[in-house]
Amino acid sequence: MSTPRAGLALASLALVAVGCEVVAPAPTGGQRYGLGTPLDERVLAGWNIDVAPDGTGLPPGRGNVAQGRTVYESKCVSCHGEKGVGGPANRLAGGSVKSRPQVKTVGSFWPHATTIYDYVNRAMPWDRPQSLAPDEVYAVTAYLLFINGIVPESATLDAVSLPRVRMPNRDGFNPVDPRPDTR
Amino acid sequence: MEEDQKKSRRRFLAGAGAAGVAATTGALVAPGVHAQPVGNQPPSVPEWTRVPGRGFLSPPYGQPSEFEKGVVRVLPSAPNPFPTATRTPLQSLHGSITPNGLFFERHHAGVPMIDPREHRLMLHGLVDRPLMFTLDDLVRLPSVNRVHFIECSGNSSSQWAGPGGATAQEVHGLASNAEWTGVPLAVLLEEAGARKQARWLLAEGADAAAMTRSVPMEKALDDALVVYAQNGEKLRPEQGYPIRLLLPGFEGNMSIKWLRRIKVAMEPFQTREETSTYTDLMPDGSARQFTFVMDAKSCILSPSGGQRITKRGFHEIYGIAWTGRGRIRRVEVSCDAGKTWQQARLQEPVLSMALTAFRLEWRWDGSPCVLQSRAIDETGYVQPTRKQLIEARGTASLYHYNGIQSWAIANSGEVTNVHA
Repeated sequence: MSTPRAGLALASLALVAVGCEVVAPAPTGGQRYGLGTPLDERVLAGWNIDVAPDGTGLPPGRGNVAQGRTVYESKCVSCHGEKGVGGPANRLAGGSVKSRPQVKTVGSFWPHATTIYDYVNRAMPWDRPQSLAPDEVYAVTAYLLFINGIVPESATLDAVSLPRVRMPNRDGFNPVDPRPDTR
Repeated sequence: MEEDQKKSRRRFLAGAGAAGVAATTGALVAPGVHAQPVGNQPPSVPEWTRVPGRGFLSPPYGQPSEFEKGVVRVLPSAPNPFPTATRTPLQSLHGSITPNGLFFERHHAGVPMIDPREHRLMLHGLVDRPLMFTLDDLVRLPSVNRVHFIECSGNSSSQWAGPGGATAQEVHGLASNAEWTGVPLAVLLEEAGARKQARWLLAEGADAAAMTRSVPMEKALDDALVVYAQNGEKLRPEQGYPIRLLLPGFEGNMSIKWLRRIKVAMEPFQTREETSTYTDLMPDGSARQFTFVMDAKSCILSPSGGQRITKRGFHEIYGIAWTGRGRIRRVEVSCDAGKTWQQARLQEPVLSMALTAFRLEWRWDGSPCVLQSRAIDETGYVQPTRKQLIEARGTASLYHYNGIQSWAIANSGEVTNVHA
């Protein structure tokens, strides 16, 4: 918190200007500089787009599989292929990480359905990210879950139902780094 | 006079080969380089000595010699509709600092052109005072300079399947090193009053991927920086201009570029980048998550793949080593495919989580051999062989490959990437 007296004395010798306040140059516990401006909710709202696995951050809105198919076929299929397979970009459907070859897709690998919403909303479509309305993101999320056999064709998703979707690989991740693992 | 200079340059370039020039290192040559004397060698007085050289500020931002035009970043040779990264020409560089124009590039949705006057950094979540910083605010805060490498966790990943890639650049070029200037993230967290119980934070970019990673609070408070300068000048656009996060020793993608937002929380956010990507798939179908640190690695750059040794006798073996777990303690070199090892000299100062150069005197007798290097870091960790890595992780984990690199030298002096 406090600036060492010795430091102040040295600094005052070195500084010609009178009245300069000298503070400790390195980050120290408790030191504050009073810079930055208070961030209000209105300003934050435009960028505060992350969605957590428990659904925190999901906006109002809803979308179903049929609507999602329409969005997918107009905005996603050229890169990701029919039903999420065979395009130049990442494969989205089918596969397994337990058989050979190990294939990572939304259905075989992603542990949280909420991450689909988060990622599509922030980064897709490739050429126009952050252009989809919440209803469209819910819908295309529902479609991706449907083509992976995770929700039925009748499914509608919203901020309540999406976090309840259990992904097949939910328990597939070990968050404890076991390295060093070579001997 | 200018016309004379141009002619002279053209003649010299013609002599150096139409392909432009790749680096020559003593008696090592890169393919396509056959420098022919064109009358400028002694006893002749060279043309460039007999006319004044070009003037000042041509150009105002200095460029390398035109004879070094071959020293550039490259994309992987395999065509990809969504290229992911360009690589640093490690074998053509000579110091531990990577020039800014050659620092490897990895981005997930292109390089944004950000007006620094309009850029903002938000800091919110579990804090007492949610704050927004301008670039001017950040530059006013206490800053530090630190030399650190950044390595993509996918660096060298071609080696899981086989000896993919010909040159050090192609194989290991997703690693670069710079002196960074920035504000400790701890200062910003103190400024906002981050709550003591907080365990994680989300870092988010302003690029078209709005790239996000969760960062442990322990790292944020330890040595994380919000940097605005690289090797003395403002960050390059492809490195995150105007600001990026820097997490020393951690896999590169976590050092979020074009940083726009930090949100403090209790739990990791489970972003796409830390679930479906940048996790390490094991043979049983499980995946390791949050494998942040880049383990010790080393690579001989001279001689290295794609070069040819043209003369027998003395050569200095030169290479680089690094570890995300602190300092490099020792580098050993083998000239017999790992049967025997000799200790290399380390270039001082050996900095923590920074590229460290090593050298070893060597005489090539003209017979085939395999050169290898292995790094030992200050934790005692020894860089493993490819076999050891595969025994531990299989071949599908993609990231964090740090196996010992083998370069085979043929009778002809050709150097190739092999698995020995």
